[in-house]
Amino acid sequence: MIEFRHVAKTYPDGTTAVEDFSLTVPSHTATVLLGSSGCGKTTLLRMVNRMVDPSSGQVLIDDEDLASVPPVALRRRIGYVMQNSGLLPHRRVIDNIATVPRLNGVSKREAHSRAHELMELVGLDAALASRYPGQLSGGQQQRVGVARGLASDPNILLMDEPFGAVDPLVRMELQRELRRIQTEVEKTIMFVTHDIDEALALGDQIVVLKTGGEVAQVGTAQEIVEAPADDFVAQFLGVDSGRRSLQTVPRPGGGHTVVDGGGRPVGVLEDPPEGSSEPRG
Amino acid sequence: MNQLIEAVELLLTPETWTGATGMGARLLQHLQYTGLAVALAALIALPIGLAVGHSGVGRGPAVMITGVVRALPTLGLITLVALFAGLGLTAPMVALVILAVPSILAGAYSGVGSVDAPVVDAASAQGMSTWQVLWKVEVPLGLPIIIGGLRLAVLQVVATATLAAYVGSGGLGAPLFLGLRTYDYPLLLAASLVVIVLAITLEVVFALVQRVLRRALRGTS
Ligand SMILES: Nc1ncnc2c1ncn2[C@@H]1O[C@H](COP(=O)(O)OP(=O)(O)OP(=O)(O)O)[C@@H](O)[C@H]1O
Ligand SMILES: [Mg+2]
Repeated sequence: MIEFRHVAKTYPDGTTAVEDFSLTVPSHTATVLLGSSGCGKTTLLRMVNRMVDPSSGQVLIDDEDLASVPPVALRRRIGYVMQNSGLLPHRRVIDNIATVPRLNGVSKREAHSRAHELMELVGLDAALASRYPGQLSGGQQQRVGVARGLASDPNILLMDEPFGAVDPLVRMELQRELRRIQTEVEKTIMFVTHDIDEALALGDQIVVLKTGGEVAQVGTAQEIVEAPADDFVAQFLGVDSGRRSLQTVPRPGGGHTVVDGGGRPVGVLEDPPEGSSEPRG
Repeated sequence: MNQLIEAVELLLTPETWTGATGMGARLLQHLQYTGLAVALAALIALPIGLAVGHSGVGRGPAVMITGVVRALPTLGLITLVALFAGLGLTAPMVALVILAVPSILAGAYSGVGSVDAPVVDAASAQGMSTWQVLWKVEVPLGLPIIIGGLRLAVLQVVATATLAAYVGSGGLGAPLFLGLRTYDYPLLLAASLVVIVLAITLEVVFALVQRVLRRALRGTS
């Protein structure tokens, strides 16, 4: 369990990134921080591995105040996927992925074989293993970053917009993969995004943030979609643009087309197959 | 022109190179002086330069000291130290070390300082200690520039080490000053040529090393 107790952060140049933020992140679940650019998501995330120390307030992991935990050891047991991939340019892909296990004293051979598995998991061609980060596309670099975050099999995983640069297909696949990892091995994940759909797809708990790290709403995907706490959340969801109020219109060939409030088609509704009552989208 | 030809002929004569005061022994001494001076300077300048580059602390003073020391006239320095230390190797060695320190220092702090801040941030975010960030990230990525500082220092020292003979030590300055004093211009020229060829050779070696390093780091961009 990760706990933020009235944390605030003012950077040395006087910017107040977070004013007063409190949150409990239950173990073995995925919590998504959702908010627009500059609202303090990265700042909050980096408090968990002490890359940022709060100006006031406390962050606790399993009731232990992080202020008294040595940062280097802490970082080695927390997976961190950085916003801009943060790969080391002079190390090959395989060595980048193996960074943390190597720091933890795992043999090179073992670390590399684990890294190869992870490359496959995140959908990277094995041939890329001996390339340097500068020789990869942005999306590939991000996936290397994800693989590196998973490499030491950490209990806590911090992910800062990890799929921002990958194309929608791969993105959905990675989200699915993450979901699978999450249900299988039950990691505690903190996931940052400004993409509402991604938040709804991944979050057991979703935290909608306003500027200064102010919490607009905390809840499950269902709670947030069904009952946005205020106009800000509603706007974020796209309620006013009609993006969330879906309707069906009959389709000439049978079945229905689903359209949003603005009349844009977003999918088709097929008649449920015999013996099943589950709607499909 | 004649004297140049004579100088070349002198260099092509095997006897020129042999013996305790031959060109071969002088060349070896010259290299030893250079090596020793650069090694001592590196011992002083590298730790300071790496620390300054890593922490950013003391960068201003480091830049200033570098500039001031560079402005010191080497011959004056040798004479001055020789007044205290007497004739021999100490005075030129002190001067050569002082000559080499600024380049090495500047190379070290700019090399480490040249590494992108996000890369350093990422390295510590993955759990590298300060030492590990320095040795596994900043030094390897800054190495071409660090080596560049050493290259410059070697070049300056190899040319200036001729002055060691000015206060009675050996090196290639010995035949050079001898030629000057005895109006033996072919000898003077021959010694100069050896210094020049030595400098160029070292320069080429360093250029190759830097090139190999850059290539090894080609993933960097
Ligand atoms: N090192 C820093 N020094 C000064 N100000 C900073 C620093 N890091 C972040 N800030 C400021 O703090 C605020 C919050 O930044 P943060 O990076 O946490 O936002 P974010 O929600 O992650 O944004 P984005 O979605 O664009 O990544 C911003 O106003 C930013 O300019
Ligand atoms: Mg951010």
